[in-house]
Amino acid sequence: MKKRAVFCSLIAMLLLTALLVTGCGGSKDGGDKGKRQLKVYNWGDYIDPDVLTSFEKETGIHVIYDTFATNEDMYVKIKAGGSDYDLAIPSDYMISRMIREKLIEKIDTARLKNYKLVGDRFRGVSFDPMDEYSVPFMWGTVGIAYNTKMVKEQVDSWSILWDKKYAKQIFMLDSPRDSIGITLKYLGYSLNTGSEKELAEAGKKLLEQKPLVLAYVVDEVKDKMIAGEGAMAVVWSGDAQFIMEKNKDIAYAIPKEGTNIWIDSMVIMKGAKNKAEAMEFIDYMTRPDIARKNVEYIGYATPIPEVQGKLSKEVQESLAAYPPAELLKNAEFFNDLTDNLPKYDKVWTEVKIAQ
Amino acid sequence: MMGRRGLMYPYHLWMLLFTVVPLGLILYFALTDKTGAFTLANIRQAAQPVYLGVLWHSVWLALLATGVCLLLGYPMAYILVSSPIKYRNMLVVLTVIPMWMNFLLRTYAWLTLLERNGLINGVLRWLGLPALQILYTDYAVILGMVYNFLPFMILPIYSVLMKMDKSLLEAAEDLGADSFTAFRRVTLPLSLPGVYAGVLMVFMPAVTTFVISRLLGGGQYMLIGNLIEQQFLSIGNWNFGSAVSVLMLIIILLTMLVPGKYREEEGGMLI
Amino acid sequence: MTSFVRKFYAALILLFLYLPIGVLIVFSFNASKSRASWDGFTLRWYEELLGNQMVADALSNTLIVASGSAVIATIIGTAAAFAMYQGLGCWEKRIVMNLTYLPVLNPDIVTGLSLMLLFIFCNMKLGLMTLMLSHTIFNVPYVVLTVLPKLKQFDKSIYEAALDLGATPAYAFRHIVFPAVLPGVITGLLFAFTLSLDDFVISFFTTGSGVNNLSIMIYSMARRGIHPTINALSTLLFLVVLALLLAVNRRLDSDRNK
Repeated sequence: MKKRAVFCSLIAMLLLTALLVTGCGGSKDGGDKGKRQLKVYNWGDYIDPDVLTSFEKETGIHVIYDTFATNEDMYVKIKAGGSDYDLAIPSDYMISRMIREKLIEKIDTARLKNYKLVGDRFRGVSFDPMDEYSVPFMWGTVGIAYNTKMVKEQVDSWSILWDKKYAKQIFMLDSPRDSIGITLKYLGYSLNTGSEKELAEAGKKLLEQKPLVLAYVVDEVKDKMIAGEGAMAVVWSGDAQFIMEKNKDIAYAIPKEGTNIWIDSMVIMKGAKNKAEAMEFIDYMTRPDIARKNVEYIGYATPIPEVQGKLSKEVQESLAAYPPAELLKNAEFFNDLTDNLPKYDKVWTEVKIAQ
Repeated sequence: MMGRRGLMYPYHLWMLLFTVVPLGLILYFALTDKTGAFTLANIRQAAQPVYLGVLWHSVWLALLATGVCLLLGYPMAYILVSSPIKYRNMLVVLTVIPMWMNFLLRTYAWLTLLERNGLINGVLRWLGLPALQILYTDYAVILGMVYNFLPFMILPIYSVLMKMDKSLLEAAEDLGADSFTAFRRVTLPLSLPGVYAGVLMVFMPAVTTFVISRLLGGGQYMLIGNLIEQQFLSIGNWNFGSAVSVLMLIIILLTMLVPGKYREEEGGMLI
Repeated sequence: MTSFVRKFYAALILLFLYLPIGVLIVFSFNASKSRASWDGFTLRWYEELLGNQMVADALSNTLIVASGSAVIATIIGTAAAFAMYQGLGCWEKRIVMNLTYLPVLNPDIVTGLSLMLLFIFCNMKLGLMTLMLSHTIFNVPYVVLTVLPKLKQFDKSIYEAALDLGATPAYAFRHIVFPAVLPGVITGLLFAFTLSLDDFVISFFTTGSGVNNLSIMIYSMARRGIHPTINALSTLLFLVVLALLLAVNRRLDSDRNK
């Protein structure tokens, strides 16, 4: 019986704490009933919290803000129809899928005051050629982060990922799209190819590489490279920027064969209840002072040249953040693969299953 | 005893709603194609040797982890029971509290501990011992599983060992059994229901875990949990994903039926 | 086993369980956002935690769902275990048991997606209620699994003797059976609470807009790196729980000595 007392009191105390905390938070929600509101769905930790607060203050719109971990998680949630978000910030290929499946609405960019500030490179992009559905939020590339203490040679090609010298010192991305994509680039193909022959070739290459790979990693690659656990890693540029700040031995390279360039853009959900508020939010996020706050908090690259010009010199000149145009001439966006997706899955499964 | 059966009906309803209906949904996906027409193609594809190999590897790792959990957990449960009553409850809760910290944080912490230049290797180096290289191997995956599921082995065993009739043990010793024999002949058999419960609670979730193998195993191979997750999310092929899960459920439940039958004879309650 | 060996073994197991927690606590004071570099001692993450409404909301949701679903699941699971024990035909028992285990064996993603579809189909608004319900659903089997072995151990003849002596089944259950299976019930409750705290996948798919819990928050931070405020929060929670535990234990101890 005494034991029951222990647990009951433990649980009771936890419940009490919970109630107290909600008491503080709950009262705030209650007062918002008549207020304008906006439901935003974004990646975790992908906005400066102060920006959200100042948006609420300036516009009087209450933001209900939720986060997701991957594009696919978000897509399943939206597609199933159980959620009622007004605005989300997915990536390029997911936007093209959402356009195709009519999950998002057109945005009248003429009504956005700050839309004209968006850089030319981010207009007329392959996933939204007429700029009808999306307004860019952040962008970046995929490249190789390498430790200059372990890699003495110049890195300018994906081929170094197949160099036996670096056996068990290479980190690859645990993502079929990215890993197959760069292999296709290395072989001189498009990273959106649907050709079985080209994909089979890429699969063979990846199998060949597998013994050299220390691990197929996801987000933990940042800490790994900072700690000097490997000689090189395939990383997203934003992560590279973070790694280089923490470990001065790390450099970033965009291989000459070309790479993947990505954009996360703001989109408005089909049938959004708070469309006007969503438009205000988009305009607010593209306002130079706000965009600057966000990009400085997040550490990725802004699609607004005016903001880019105001950042610290070090960041502006960083290859990871803002690579020169000639390095990006072979870069491609991911498109939605639609019916070709299973082919990528097959190749990746074979690579992963091989011993 | 008919009155007690009344308790069963709400539970039947509960299961019907929240287990049978979702299962039916998964079965429906498994047996249809994208257009909704009936097909066995998904199941047939899921039964290919490649995927059965993935299942086997997952089951094997889960079995190893369950075995280690049992070896580590049984003595711990035994110690907990015999610890002074003053600390016992506290010790019991102490074995669970680590699990109240977020899983992802705990697993990242293991990365920090196990890395080449990680904390454990730092200590080993300082002691002049050779460095340990277990990250990104099966050992790391099993370690991660054992770590995350150990309390699920310790506590059920602890709860059956508690209040076990001590007079039985004393009787055995009075009859001349040494303490090991008494343990083997009396304590162990009586604690088996707890062991079964622990084994099930470690083994079943361990088969389908995928974050542990991805982070600690370095994503080097595919386990059944990864495969299913990938099909549902990155590929968006719910039909094949469902087929793999259904096949896995069938295979594992069928194999568990065998020991279940054996237990039936001794009045076992599990399966 | 000598007392020393016992203590040593228990200490080793606890060390194993608490090693990562120690790492987590140390890094909550790290000035760097990365696990990999130690940039000096700071209390900055604790300060940031104070004004963070989103973390506070997520924490309260987490605790409400975990305690609520654990209690409900314990009630349902204990009742179900008792009913199963009381007598089911062989095949009925087998089917019921296997169905009970299904949610344990099912990958989270399958459970999460199928429950999401079920809730949407039933036109339930995804939110705190669906979150609580789905957590209860995956918790019930764990309670059944921990209560059943205790019931099996219980000597049925005592219960029957009580009935013969004129006790009503309810009375006999409350005063004889329940106390005997209590350790199992408590273990089930603890497990349910633990599993609920830790679940991400099922929570993600069964919650609605505006209702976050800590694990959704933490997992969705993964791409950018988990923010150290989360480490700070975990450290605080850990210390609070530890303090509570010690306080309760001391209290009970003094009660016992009276």
